[in-house]
Amino acid sequence: MADYVEPTYAEVNQDVLRAMMETGPKYWATLGTSIAVAGICFFIPWFYQLEVGVGVAGMNRSAVWGTYLSNFIFWIGLSHSGTLLSAVLHITNSSWRKAIYRSAEAMTLFSLITAALFVMVHLGRVWFVHWTVPVPNQMGLWPNFRSPLMFDVMAITTYLTASSIFIYMGSVPDFAAVRDASTGLRRKLYTIFSFGWRGTAKEWHTLGWAYTFFAVLVIPLAVSVHSIVSWDFALSLVPGLHHTVFAPYFVTGAIFSGTAGIVTVMFLLRKYMNFERYIREIHLVNLGKLLVLLSLIWTYINIMEVFTTWFSGSSYELEALEWRLTGFYAPMFWEMVLFCAVVPLLILFKRIRTSWRSMLIISILINIGMISERFIIVATSQPRKFLPNAFGFYFPSAIEISITIGSFAVFTTLFLIFVKWVPAVSLYEVKETLKPLRRSR
Amino acid sequence: MSTALEKFKKYRKPGYYDKFDYHWTMSIDLDRCTGCEACVVACQAENNLPIVGEQQFAMRREIKWIRIERYWEGEYPDIKLQFIPMLCQHCDQAPCEIACPVFATYHNQDGLNTQVYNRCIGTRTCAVYCPYEVRFFNWFTYEWDEPLEQQLNPDVTVREKGVMEKCTFCIQRIRQAKDAAKDDSRRRVRDGEIKPACVQSCPTEAMVFGDLNDPDSQVSKMARNPRGYHVLEELNTTPSIVYLKRVHTDG
Repeated sequence: MADYVEPTYAEVNQDVLRAMMETGPKYWATLGTSIAVAGICFFIPWFYQLEVGVGVAGMNRSAVWGTYLSNFIFWIGLSHSGTLLSAVLHITNSSWRKAIYRSAEAMTLFSLITAALFVMVHLGRVWFVHWTVPVPNQMGLWPNFRSPLMFDVMAITTYLTASSIFIYMGSVPDFAAVRDASTGLRRKLYTIFSFGWRGTAKEWHTLGWAYTFFAVLVIPLAVSVHSIVSWDFALSLVPGLHHTVFAPYFVTGAIFSGTAGIVTVMFLLRKYMNFERYIREIHLVNLGKLLVLLSLIWTYINIMEVFTTWFSGSSYELEALEWRLTGFYAPMFWEMVLFCAVVPLLILFKRIRTSWRSMLIISILINIGMISERFIIVATSQPRKFLPNAFGFYFPSAIEISITIGSFAVFTTLFLIFVKWVPAVSLYEVKETLKPLRRSR
Repeated sequence: MSTALEKFKKYRKPGYYDKFDYHWTMSIDLDRCTGCEACVVACQAENNLPIVGEQQFAMRREIKWIRIERYWEGEYPDIKLQFIPMLCQHCDQAPCEIACPVFATYHNQDGLNTQVYNRCIGTRTCAVYCPYEVRFFNWFTYEWDEPLEQQLNPDVTVREKGVMEKCTFCIQRIRQAKDAAKDDSRRRVRDGEIKPACVQSCPTEAMVFGDLNDPDSQVSKMARNPRGYHVLEELNTTPSIVYLKRVHTDG
């Protein structure tokens, strides 16, 4: 982009805050649609299910886990790149992160919330979900810390807390900028949000080290969260799930789908919030390179999974593998291989890597592949375990499909609300990347 | 230091995993099993198992704490039919027990794998972890048409939607027998005093129930039978049910 003119400091503020404060009819229409879809496709079926019982979903005996759980893994996975990527790039001093990290972290937060919703949807008696929290009570009941689900509760709540603090802390100077640019009630609100930020050298210094501290803290947390989610499966005896490779497999898959998710969100922000000057080709190219790398790791782990299954010689494992590769869900498996292992290799071509449209398509295809991967893990293993007499089959019901679609609307709604409350591009960090002393033109 | 280590070891392996007051065990002689399914019906009547209806049955959501698995061997006309009654194996190293986040399923002092319906939140993880597929989920709150609700067993809870359930070895009968023994100022239950519904109803007496801790009990003798084996033994779940292999006279 030869005609790229670097914005001045004032323009950064104007552009980003305009996107935040000026709300057009298009925004309201989109928000209204996504709230409606979330209500009709997600919440109404869910309330119906609460009233009647989980039987309205397509699950049955030997396939007691279904799309609710596969979607839970998918959303946890999607949450992975935001905070993790932001933190890794922060401590490796990659300045290209600065324009995109805020929206990426928001993605983390909202995917985690959606994932947590899926846990609620999955449970048979969600009204007792608080029993999984270790609260001392008069009955002397305590959760089971040997349970991988208990690890999950711990890991996810910790990750949710840490990533909300991380995103909030990074936004404090920007809240101050909003405060300074607004009047009335909004000014009062943002005065509270910004903790009385004045921009003194001491404040910047404190923010700097606190942010780096959190970045270092968040990285192992993010890796552990998805490892723990994988243990829900790997700690069982179920053939096809009982693999030691599951933790790195899930983590890689998570970062992979999360990075693809960032590309999609970046495209939309750039297009509809007019951030062309901030989200640029360099971001696309760098994320593209990362996608290729992750795709290769993902492919390698998949090959290893098949290889170790074959090498084990266990008849149960081989049976499960055969059903996965050639059974009813085989087309889905090969679709996943195509979208996650083959299609990302196209990014190696420069023309594709630098084109927004092709990258958008690839990123969406990757996430379709990843959602299939999660579905395959759940749907092709536990219905067919050991005793052939008890072999079952799982196919999602209309309610499950509707709730799956609705979850995307829930995520979109949360994100749309977010872009009007928090500057979607970090003002102060973008300014750091500009050439110094360009305060005006 | 040593005390901390001991505490940790005790935490890792609490006493109730090997020091049972009783070690309830069942032996099933497959040579005697005719596949009549009397046990299935008896269990349904004793334990208030819901009848889920035709449509739910077709969706494989039937609730049968004990089922007769049928396996065909060979090709027609040289065909053989094998029956295996399959029920909760009350594993000493139960995979389901580690899975439950709220301790709704745990090992009690009798070596039983128990399910606390009130505590269950319905994650269904135990059913996924169970290699024997003997855990059943209440997909709905099932109802009994009049006057069938009159024949519900008052000693057994009726389960609501969202709860996992499974074979309890008729824990209500075990409890009654123990209480009766205490009232008789006996310290232990006599062998053969407890009969779960399935054992009681078996016309060929293929099933024997008793205490494995008592070396003279009938079930201990059966367990020492050279025909004895555990289903899916290679998974190291150490089940409490001993199956006695079928004898083929034609070699």
